[in-house]
Amino acid sequence: MLEVDIDACTGCKVCERVCPFAAIIVDPETKKAKVLDNCTLCGTCVNACKFDALSIERKAVSEEELLLYKDVFVWGEWERKEDKITTKNVVFELLGKGRELADKLGESLAVVLAGKDIDHLTEELFHYGADKVYLCKHELLEQYSTDGYATVISSVIAAEKPSVVLYGATPNGRDLAPRIAGRLALGLTADCTGLDIDESRQLIQTRPAFGGNIMASIYSPYTRPQMSSVRPNVFPKPKPDTAKQGVLEEFDVKLSPINIRTKIIEEIISKDEGVKIEEANILVSAGRGIGLKENLGLIYEMAEELDATVAGSRALIDLGWLPHPQQVGQSGKTVAPNLYFALGISGAIQHLVGMTSSDTIIAINKDPDAPIFKIADFGIVGDIFEIIPEFIKLLRMRKQSDL
Amino acid sequence: MKIVVLVKQVPEADKVAVDPETGTLIREGVASILNPYCEYALDEAVRLKESYTEKDIEVVAISMGPPQTKSALLRCLELGADKAYLLSDRKFAGSDVWATSTALKEGVSKLEPDFDLILTGKQAIDGDTAQVPAETAEQLGIPQITYGIEVKIDNKRIEVKRETDEGYQILSTRLPALVTMSKGSNIRRIPSMKQVLDSRRKPLDVVSADDLELDENKVGLKASPTQVSRVFAPPTKVGGDVIDGSDPKIAAQKLLEYLVNNKYLKDV
Ligand SMILES: Cc1cc2nc3c(=O)[nH]c(=O)nc-3n(C[C@H](O)[C@H](O)[C@H](O)COP(=O)(O)OP(=O)(O)OC[C@H]3O[C@@H](n4cnc5c(N)ncnc54)[C@H](O)[C@@H]3O)c2cc1C
Ligand SMILES: Nc1ncnc2c1ncn2[C@@H]1O[C@H](COP(=O)(O)O)[C@@H](O)[C@H]1O
Repeated sequence: MLEVDIDACTGCKVCERVCPFAAIIVDPETKKAKVLDNCTLCGTCVNACKFDALSIERKAVSEEELLLYKDVFVWGEWERKEDKITTKNVVFELLGKGRELADKLGESLAVVLAGKDIDHLTEELFHYGADKVYLCKHELLEQYSTDGYATVISSVIAAEKPSVVLYGATPNGRDLAPRIAGRLALGLTADCTGLDIDESRQLIQTRPAFGGNIMASIYSPYTRPQMSSVRPNVFPKPKPDTAKQGVLEEFDVKLSPINIRTKIIEEIISKDEGVKIEEANILVSAGRGIGLKENLGLIYEMAEELDATVAGSRALIDLGWLPHPQQVGQSGKTVAPNLYFALGISGAIQHLVGMTSSDTIIAINKDPDAPIFKIADFGIVGDIFEIIPEFIKLLRMRKQSDL
Repeated sequence: MKIVVLVKQVPEADKVAVDPETGTLIREGVASILNPYCEYALDEAVRLKESYTEKDIEVVAISMGPPQTKSALLRCLELGADKAYLLSDRKFAGSDVWATSTALKEGVSKLEPDFDLILTGKQAIDGDTAQVPAETAEQLGIPQITYGIEVKIDNKRIEVKRETDEGYQILSTRLPALVTMSKGSNIRRIPSMKQVLDSRRKPLDVVSADDLELDENKVGLKASPTQVSRVFAPPTKVGGDVIDGSDPKIAAQKLLEYLVNNKYLKDV
């Protein structure tokens, strides 16, 4: 229930203006806020009230109530690339996993898509498995903002009552998901590496803890929806089915500029923007074993021959030899290329958690006991400065004979 | 003007291991440290205190944790915080993100209601969840900016440089607000002897759940929507062939063959 503290309410009407559902009004007679029947308990007004006059008493959901929550939702994050708006890859990966979960539950899979010029994204979402897309369009959603997006997505959740909501653990996903969890008093499990449904229809969320040294299975038995975030590249991207159709539902959003308290003053695209290690098919990753910054040249040479992207262990990023977006691992990025070369990388657990799902891992290291060999599909005990130049020579010879 | 810094004590993550037999954590001999990102946040607060001359800034460190968390707060005092509070109570045990942020929200709003800015770490290195700050901001009803690397105060507003997937953003918001800090230009410092001595005179108060009028239903395990059902050692992958590379020509040839056999390179 949304409660109004009559003594604290000043009748300022801020709640009336921010409510996405027009479910709270200031009574013209009493000059106090009044909650209407269509209130979804989304919490937007509680947040906006400056006088602490509004509050929601949230209780754990009872078993019968749990049954009211149905369907798996995915937040449809998009990005702008050269002025084109495209869906982020992680959304497709989540749709693949979401499809599995929805099928196990016998429920449907939906995407909550918020933004401004985003109609063109829906078809592809259906192809990747969505049964339904909730389209929330508004001028004020042209750019991501915590307040704008949290308000709209909480509103959809509060109104549609899904059983599961999944977010990509991107910078904005990590900004948004806990804000919504805080608003709706829900559990949220970050950076899940496994998601499954158990016999009692609970979502079992598995994630590494303590730097990947242990795994923990987490669930939220008494609250709905159950929410998780998943890093890009953790789940495989499914094959699209271009024949698949779905239902498009426009979800009316009401937002006013007072909802959005942060302003973007400037956007700076960094020069390393072209280097997206999370999207590469082949990664040549270097570690402290390269010894000197100049030796990166050899790594780049090899990458060029293989049409690969260069990445590194944290050791190199800490030394400032490569920028942070190129770091693989727990405090960097999770990558899953077809081919991963670990050159002069020891294989610390924090590095491994970021790359073990690569299809094939090749390691070259001087130390036969380096832990990287325990997970490498093909390992060479030897000196990178002796082996890589030979390897580059062979690659070049092949290219010539190809001509 | 008042800046509250939320800090967490964490075990040195890379030293924790699992007993493969029992599946339990081996914590013996694992030291506890102030979470590095919290240290960057504190550093930013102290930097603002020193550089923003229009108003006096008071820096208050707050942490929720077991009694031994005092050492992390002492470090904050040594590094320049003016006072510290430890929210510590058996009733807080088993708190998940929601319950932790409830306790922090009550702590901040009861102990320092006139705060202007809250700085936190972007994430704690034990769980890497990066969720407590946003949930705390939401519960306090204030705006948040995550992944900040530099904060500028301009009277009643702040400007924050934020890391994004593509580069950076400059965002502005009004105070009070919460900012989570990434590394930026801040470094982990070693306090001077004088700072250490001075810190001993600064207040460090321990606050209980009762002091914050929080009962068991609002904090700790009972108030936590998420529960851990099982903890286990990560599955071990079995590595493939490891060859001797003492003859680099042969090794390079074998690597090439492996890539061709597995269709990563075309046969020529
Ligand atoms: C909270 C936390 C988070 C972390 N997050 C990350 C992360 O995201 N990513 C990450 O990578 N690390 C991370 N780390 C650090 C991690 O623990 C390791 O310190 C780091 O991965 C080591 O990098 P490295 O393998 O390049 O260097 P080292 O461990 O120093 O290994 C260098 C290797 O190179 C080999 N070598 C030397 N010379 C040669 C040669 N000529 N030819 C062949 N081999 C050679 C050596 O035998 C050695 O095995 C984190 C640590 C902590 C505590
Ligand atoms: N128990 C706690 N006490 C105080 N601050 C905390 C606590 N837990 C998390 N925080 C703050 O939230 C940040 C992110 O933590 P986490 O969400 O656990 O990754 C930390 O860097 C701290 O600033």
